[in-house]
Amino acid sequence: MFGELIRQKSFGVSLAVFLVLLLAPSFLPRFYIYLLAVIFVTALLAMSLNLCVGHGMLFQFHHGVFYGVGAYTAGLLLAKTSIPWWMAFVAGPLAAAFAGLLIGLFCIRLNKLYFGMLQISLGSLIWAIAFRWYGLTGGDDGIHGIPIPDFIASTTGSYYFVLIVLGICLFLMYLILKSPFGSTLQAIRDNPERCAAVGIHVRHHQLKTIVIATFFGGVAGVLFVVVEGSIFPDLLFWVLSLEIFIMCLLGGWFTFAGPILGAAIIVSLRTFVGTYTEYWTLILGVILILLIFFLPEGIMGYNYRQLFRSRTKYAHDSQME
Amino acid sequence: MLRVEDLHKSFDDFKAVNGAHLTVESGQLVAVIGPNGAGKTTLFNLITGQLQPGRGRILLNDEDISKLPPHVICRKGIARSFQIANVFPRLSVFRNVQVSVLSQQKLSNKLFRPASQIAVEETGRILESVGLVDKKMDLAGSLSHGDKRILEIAIALGNEPELLILDEPTAGMSPDETATTMALIQRLAADQGLTILFCEHDMEVVFGTAQSIMVMQQGGTIVQGDPQTVRHNTEVQEAYLGDE
Repeated sequence: MFGELIRQKSFGVSLAVFLVLLLAPSFLPRFYIYLLAVIFVTALLAMSLNLCVGHGMLFQFHHGVFYGVGAYTAGLLLAKTSIPWWMAFVAGPLAAAFAGLLIGLFCIRLNKLYFGMLQISLGSLIWAIAFRWYGLTGGDDGIHGIPIPDFIASTTGSYYFVLIVLGICLFLMYLILKSPFGSTLQAIRDNPERCAAVGIHVRHHQLKTIVIATFFGGVAGVLFVVVEGSIFPDLLFWVLSLEIFIMCLLGGWFTFAGPILGAAIIVSLRTFVGTYTEYWTLILGVILILLIFFLPEGIMGYNYRQLFRSRTKYAHDSQME
Repeated sequence: MLRVEDLHKSFDDFKAVNGAHLTVESGQLVAVIGPNGAGKTTLFNLITGQLQPGRGRILLNDEDISKLPPHVICRKGIARSFQIANVFPRLSVFRNVQVSVLSQQKLSNKLFRPASQIAVEETGRILESVGLVDKKMDLAGSLSHGDKRILEIAIALGNEPELLILDEPTAGMSPDETATTMALIQRLAADQGLTILFCEHDMEVVFGTAQSIMVMQQGGTIVQGDPQTVRHNTEVQEAYLGDE
């Protein structure tokens, strides 16, 4: 069943990249290992968002909330209870998916921008809970020094854990997008009305997509806890949601791996430019403007056009090969 | 098989469909004609659930379907094409048809099996029957207008419908394309025993192919009958055919 996937050229390339990343801790300084781990976490978050945005044309404007719900669930369980670590890790994504289902049930009744606006309001409610409920969440301070199991507590340990989980999640997302479910989702993106006329329950399908995407968002949240050992309300703030939205657009929202590239660029910029000026969002703004004018389909979307100019007509359907 | 009884639909004060009647018998090729704005497209949208009627009944095999949403109506055996080419532009021609075949086979929710290995034969057969096999890897958005219209019919066929509704299948086509498309429609009706309901501007096309013709004017039905009856109906001659 996976034979076709494994025979593809890009699968070999991905495998090679994965192997190099596995070896990275032996030749990169610790700071860069940490930075790579942060990029992986953010990349997973952006990839999960892109299931909705790029492949489903669902304007999931406040995806950060589900990241936060995953992180808070895992973080609180680890810090305040004595349940085994793996149960806390599983609970994070499940809680995020449940929040996705709840918020999705309301939002899915609306279209496009209205969908996104309602989501921002409902998501902000969850942010307010995290921000205000000092007794449980530590309010705006958050919780720091969350006990992480020993084997993944070191920089290298957390790096490997994040890398492997990211690899598994990307593989699952790839399968989902290539499955009948994914094809149908992309058809809904292109033309919801036509989909209803071929017997597809459009809203159900979109809701399932949201639940899947928020589940992976929750996984990213758990990984954040593993890397940083802390949680704070900024994780659920709308600014972060906007950032990951831009990552999808920047990397190429109609491509499979685009958001990874977008996340790498933005996290690196934030890290390196952020040391020179606190106004680094200004640079983000400029990037966004340039993007809209010159690369409306993102960097990988543009690349695809260039690389496959001779067979442009195949580009989109084989975009994920 | 399909019976439309005294159907009404208003948009604000405008009565788009105002007392429409229609009967489609199993295996028939039925045409709806009428001048622009007579309410043909609205009638089709009412039948397939894109719009909800204000009054009247739509019976499919004696079951009232007038209040059902489009995807349920489709599952009951009515598939359709749209007047404006309505395909999935960023997907390949193959995928376009496969999506509807998957929906028909209730496989749209399969998560972890590659779609490239499911329903390939059925999809290929449909593409073969409409003559789009050579273009199956092309992006639907890059097809010519005529091919998009054909693809639309192919998507509808993916649902294995009992009744196929085509909204002006030859709109915007060259005379050659029109002839090819009408031949295709007749062949589908003959080979697969499909019941087809379509609307059309071109009189020659309609009187040449349809077994039963329903004439609409200002939202209402003037008459429905075989081509001879319709041609000789005085009301139709006055209202629509004019000098003919």
